[in-house]
Amino acid sequence: MKQTTEVSGGAAIKRSRLSLRRKQGLIGWAFLLIAAGLIVMMNFYPMVRGFMLSLQTGVGARMEYSGFVNYSRMIGDPRFRQTLITTFTYLLVQVPIMLLMGLALASMLNNKGLKGRGFFRTAIFLPCAVGLVAYSLVFRQMFSFDGLINTILVSSGILETGHNWLGTAWSAQLVIILGLLWRWTGFNMIFYLAGIQNIDSSIYDAARIDGANVFQQFWKITIPLLRPIILLTAIMSTNGTLQLFDESFNLTGGGPGISSMSMSHYIFNTAFTGNPTIGYASAMSFMVFLLVAILAFIQLKVGDRR
Amino acid sequence: MRVILRVGMYVFLSIAAFLSIFPLFWTAVSATNSTPDILAASMLPGTHLIANFERLLELSDLGRAFWNSTRNAVILTAVSVTICSLAGYAFEVFHSKAKDRLMGILLLSMMIPFAAVMIPLFRLATSLNLNDTTLGFMLPTLSTAFLIMLFRQSTRSFPHEMIEAARIDGLNELSIFFRIYVPTMKSTYAAAITITFMAAWNVFLWPRLIMMSPEAVTMPMLISNLMAGYVTEFGVVMLAVLIATLPTIIIFLFLQRYFAEGLLGTIK
Repeated sequence: MKQTTEVSGGAAIKRSRLSLRRKQGLIGWAFLLIAAGLIVMMNFYPMVRGFMLSLQTGVGARMEYSGFVNYSRMIGDPRFRQTLITTFTYLLVQVPIMLLMGLALASMLNNKGLKGRGFFRTAIFLPCAVGLVAYSLVFRQMFSFDGLINTILVSSGILETGHNWLGTAWSAQLVIILGLLWRWTGFNMIFYLAGIQNIDSSIYDAARIDGANVFQQFWKITIPLLRPIILLTAIMSTNGTLQLFDESFNLTGGGPGISSMSMSHYIFNTAFTGNPTIGYASAMSFMVFLLVAILAFIQLKVGDRR
Repeated sequence: MRVILRVGMYVFLSIAAFLSIFPLFWTAVSATNSTPDILAASMLPGTHLIANFERLLELSDLGRAFWNSTRNAVILTAVSVTICSLAGYAFEVFHSKAKDRLMGILLLSMMIPFAAVMIPLFRLATSLNLNDTTLGFMLPTLSTAFLIMLFRQSTRSFPHEMIEAARIDGLNELSIFFRIYVPTMKSTYAAAITITFMAAWNVFLWPRLIMMSPEAVTMPMLISNLMAGYVTEFGVVMLAVLIATLPTIIIFLFLQRYFAEGLLGTIK
């Protein structure tokens, strides 16, 4: 008799533990419900809606499904092609320079004997505190025709007359690239600095004893060991550059013509200004998503190889 | 060779530091100068600060924009950090296979570019009558996989015995979170608040879409409008840029450690 109560008592404890676990599991779901729900509602759901919109043509309430018309329209749209090429120019020129400079700065700042480390780190990191619109306007002022850069170049005799930086296609693109380098190099440097600090310094000591100079150490130790972080920053930068908007809109206004306009800027113009064509803009938006996904996939494939 | 390398390093770092600071220095100096002084490339502080400020007040609704930006960013930061920390905590403390899988799916949202969702989001916000409201401003970034991940990762180092002890003391799960967890994780909260506030203060494209009435203008929109309105008084524009930038610069200078921790949070 006594035994049976003990057994059933044990089972009761076990059962109440189980239900306690289940109760906690449910509380866990309740805690994360709002956050997870919002992400689904604000990211995944609009993504699907956007794709559906991309299959429609027409205006306002008179939208109707028309297959992949919007996608074939992209192929014949010289403006789309132009903004695609411009965006990839920014990506292919700016990102490699920025990542290399970030790496170089980080390995210099990792030098224990360096004087003024804190100052250099703060100074180079500082542009990250400046908003994208704010720095775009500062660069626009500096590179305007009667702006600071021309004044300096002319008065120092490098140029005879000022160059119309923002009124010339190649230099408008160049100014955007310079702006991006200014704003984001320090951002990437911080990631590399954190990564380098995790590398065992005895590896460098051993390399030095074997006679490796600083450049060999950089290429043979720092870069290979930082590969996961370099991969992360490369994906972040690719993602960011393909979405570039604030600089195109505020620094150059996309001009002259549309020669420095980014894809997001063109999508914005197509969807929200003049004669809005929501369906076509949605198709281009979906294209940006595909490009981000494909490039991230390629980078993961290439970067993860051991 | 050694010496040349050392000198080269200092030169390189000095140039990088100079180039990083210079545009901000020049902005601050130009804010105090008149247009002719700025065109003459003056590098010294001038006497036009007050004149520029008065002109700026004439040209724009500075007070309203500053208040709107402050209110939007503070409310967004408070709500977003609360929601996301609660979720990050739950993903770690009550973790299960299903929850881990959900987290994996949520992380995919970080790969979705804003350009790809802005049109449906705009239509959604408009159909809910959220134009020109703080709620409309907040909606797309109220919850981010990045913040959830930041808290999930940091919760790994939170001692679970404290939770067990609190349960034995009879605290319910919500009070354990608010009374035990939140006070213990101060530095993670500082990091999350810093980066969320800075992003919210500077966001441009989304408010440019849905905050169309002049009463809802934010600081990034105000300076963008000044420039688009062909205001030719450089000093006035630079002063506006300076005012739009100062809050985040001050936060950066005082909370740089937390800002960096916040950025790096998910790679630990």
